[in-house]
Amino acid sequence: MAGSLNVTARLAWRNLWRNHRRTLIMLLAIGTGVWAMVFMSALMRGMTDQVLLNGLHNLPGEAQIHHPQYRADPSVVNSMPMPAGTLYEALGEAPISAWSARVRVPAVIASERESRGVTLLGVDPVTEAGVGALPDEIVEGRFLNGPEDRGLVIGASLARRLDTDLGKRVVIMSQDPENNVADRGTRIVGIYRARLEGTEDQLVYAGRNVLQEMLAVGDQVSEVAVTAGDYRRVSAWLPALQQAAGDDLEVLSWMQLQPFLDSMLGVQDGFTLIFMVVIFVALSFGLVNTLVMAVFERTREIGLQQALGVRPTLIMLQFLLESLFLLVLGLGAGNLLAWLTIKPLESGIDISMVAEGMEMMGMGTTLYPALQTSDMWMSTAIVVILGLVASLLPAWRASRLDPVRALNKT
Amino acid sequence: MNVNWRLAWRNLWRHRRRTWLTVAAMVFCNTLLIFMISLQLGTYDMMINNSLAMVTGHVQVQQKDYLENQRMRDSVPAVEALAASVASELGLDTVAARGQAFALASSEDRSFGVLLAGVQPDREPGVSSLPGLVSEGRYLAADDRDAIVIGAVLAKNLKVGLGDELTFLGSGRDGSFAAGLATVVGIVHTGMDEIDRGIAHVPLAWFQETFSMGDHGHTVVVRMPDLALVEGAMQRVAALLPEGQNLVALDWDALQPGLRQAIRSDLASGWVMYAVFIVLVAFSVLNTQLMSVLERTREFGVMLALGMGPGRLAKLVTIETFLLSLLGLLLGLLFGGLVVLWLSHAGFSYPGMEEMAAEFNMDSRFYPEVSFVALMWGPSTVFLFTMLAAIYPSLRLYKLEPVQAMRAV
Repeated sequence: MAGSLNVTARLAWRNLWRNHRRTLIMLLAIGTGVWAMVFMSALMRGMTDQVLLNGLHNLPGEAQIHHPQYRADPSVVNSMPMPAGTLYEALGEAPISAWSARVRVPAVIASERESRGVTLLGVDPVTEAGVGALPDEIVEGRFLNGPEDRGLVIGASLARRLDTDLGKRVVIMSQDPENNVADRGTRIVGIYRARLEGTEDQLVYAGRNVLQEMLAVGDQVSEVAVTAGDYRRVSAWLPALQQAAGDDLEVLSWMQLQPFLDSMLGVQDGFTLIFMVVIFVALSFGLVNTLVMAVFERTREIGLQQALGVRPTLIMLQFLLESLFLLVLGLGAGNLLAWLTIKPLESGIDISMVAEGMEMMGMGTTLYPALQTSDMWMSTAIVVILGLVASLLPAWRASRLDPVRALNKT
Repeated sequence: MNVNWRLAWRNLWRHRRRTWLTVAAMVFCNTLLIFMISLQLGTYDMMINNSLAMVTGHVQVQQKDYLENQRMRDSVPAVEALAASVASELGLDTVAARGQAFALASSEDRSFGVLLAGVQPDREPGVSSLPGLVSEGRYLAADDRDAIVIGAVLAKNLKVGLGDELTFLGSGRDGSFAAGLATVVGIVHTGMDEIDRGIAHVPLAWFQETFSMGDHGHTVVVRMPDLALVEGAMQRVAALLPEGQNLVALDWDALQPGLRQAIRSDLASGWVMYAVFIVLVAFSVLNTQLMSVLERTREFGVMLALGMGPGRLAKLVTIETFLLSLLGLLLGLLFGGLVVLWLSHAGFSYPGMEEMAAEFNMDSRFYPEVSFVALMWGPSTVFLFTMLAAIYPSLRLYKLEPVQAMRAV
C-alpha cells in the first residue's frame, strides 16, 4: 500500500508538469489569490488595530474602575475614593503592569478672547505614563511635573482655536459637588500634539491634586485606568479585580466600555473570512477547469491504468494529489510574496493624502499593516480544504471512467 | 453571419464544460463587482446626505478664517440680511443664518460646556433635519426669546426637563463677560449620542444680544435640493458676497473634507480588491484560451498548410475570446442586475453592522444604488482584461510551423 501511494504521488507530481504552461498559469493565479488574501487581511488588520489603539488611547487602560453611576452621569458627584485595601493589593498583582487614577470632568476653558468646552483631566504624570496615556508629543513647553503642578497642558489645535499660546493665562471653569462653579486662572505650560485632531481639541491636562483642590473633592478620583499590556487578554485578570473592587465600584473591560470597538473586531474577523472565501471561489473556477481538462486529455491513459488493474480510489487519489501539489505550491508562492511585500511596509504606509477621511474613521495618517500568522493559517486552510473539495468531482469522474470506452477514445 | 464568427462559436462549444466553467468564473466575478460597486456608491450618497442634513448643509458663507479656528470674532456682519439676499438670489427658502458660541451651561444640579447655536427659528427647519427630531416639547418659534432646545443626552447630563431654566456663562464677541438665562422648550432625540450630547439651539436674536454680537452671526447655511446643483450655486453665492469683508462661500467638501476623503480611501481599498478579482478571472480565461490553442495545434497546422494565414487564425481565437467574454458580460449583467435590483428594495445588512453604522451616522441597512455606472463599471473592466488575456494565446499562433504543428500530438 505504501508503495502504491508512493507511486501515485510520483505520478501526480509528474502529471502536474506535463503541461507546464498551464500549471504555471494556475500557480500564478493561486499565488496571486493567496497573496491577495494575506496582504489584504494584513492591511485590514492594520486599519482595525489603528482604530482600536486610537480608541483605547482615548480610554486608557484595558479596564477602568468607576463609581457605578459615573458612566451614566460623568459628574464629579459620582467620584470614587483612591484605591486602597484589597483593591490596592489587587492592582499590584501580575499581570497588571500599571494603573492610574485620574480626575475627569467636563469643563470650559476661556482665553482672553475665546472659550471652549473640553474634558479636563487631573493626572499624575508618572502613573499616566505607566498606562500609556500621556500625549503623543509635546511640541512646546513641557508636560506636567507631578500631581502638584499648577500648570495646564493643552492641544495644539485647541491653542489655535483659543487664540492663545504657551505661557499665556487661561481660566478653567467646572462644577464642584455642590454645583457651584469652580474656576481658577492658570498658565499654559505645555502644548501637545495628538494623532487625532479631535483629541487635541478635547483633552486638557492638569495636576491631579490641583484639580481635586479646585473641585473640593478631597482625594476622590473619577476613574482608575488599569493595564496589563495586551488588549486581547483582559479576561485573564479582570474577574479578580472585580472581586477585589467589591459591589460599590464598577470594573469594566474595554469591550464593555467601547462595545463598538469590540463589535468592530468581530465584524473584521467575519469580513476577512468572507473575503478569503470569495477570492477562493474566483480561483476555484480555474482550478476545476484545469483538472477537468487534465482528466479529459488523459482519458485513454486512465482507461489503460484501469485495465491494468489500478483501483479507482488510487486514480482518484492521483488527481487529488495533483490538485494538492498545485495548491501547496501556489500557497507557498503566495505567502512568500505576501511576506515580502508586507515586511517592508510594516514601518508604515503614508496615507496623509486621505488623512481627514481616515480621522473620521478613527485612524491616524499612517497605516501599519499587521501580518498575523492566524490569517496566514486561515488562508492556507481555506485554500487546501476548499481546493480539495472543488477537485473531488473531476477526480471522482476520472475514477469512474469505463475502461473499455476510455481506451477506445481517440 | 461571417464564417469566422460561425467557426469561433462552434469551437467554443467543443468543450462545453470548459466553456461554461470559464463563463461561470466571469459571471461570478461580474455579479460580485456589480453588487459591491453599487453597494459602495449607494452608501456614499447616504453618507453624504445624512451627514450634511444634520448640521452642515451643502453650502455655507463664513468669515475667511472661521472654518479653521472657529473664533467668535471671525463673524459675518448683517448676517440675516445676507441670508435673505442669498435666498432670493438662489430662489430657495432653505437658507438660514446662524451664530455659534461656547458657554458653560448650568442647571440646578449640573454644569457642562456646550456649543450654543443661535438660529433663526422659522428658517432652521429648512436647512437642518434636527428641528424635525424634537421628541419632547416643541422646536423654537419665531416669537421665542430666551428659549432653548437641547439634545436628549445633554438634557440627561444636565438633569433638566421641559420648563427648566439654564444659565449660560461665556465670553462675548468683544471678549466681554456674557451671561444669559434660557428656558428649555424642546428636547431633540436623534439616537446618536454624539449629536444628542451637543445640540443647544437658541433664537438668533437672543444669542446676538447675549454674546454682544450686534447684527453679526457666523454662518449662512444653504441646503440645496440636489448635490449636483451645489457647484452652480457656489458661483452665484460667491458673486453676491460684499467686497472687503473677507467672506467666503464654502461647499460641503470644504466644510467636511473628511467626508470625501473617507469616500476616496474606501474607493481605493475597494479598487485593490476588485483588481484582484479581475486579475484572477483574466488568468482563468488566459488558461482556457491557451489550452484550446495548444490542443488544436494539429488542426491549426492543417489550416496553415491549406493556406490560411496565421493572422486569420489569431483573429479566430480573438473572436472566440470575444464571444466567451460577451457571454460572461451579458449573463453577469443579468445576474448582478437582478441581485442588486432585489437588494435595492429589500436592503442589505451584515451582522454586527448596526453598531458600526451608528458610529458613522448611517442607516443600519444598506440600499445599493442601481445606476448605469455601478452596473457597467465592473463587467466592462472584466471584459477588457479577458480580451487582453487572449493576446498571448493568439500570439503563439504566429510561431506555429505548419509541418511541425501537424505532427504534434
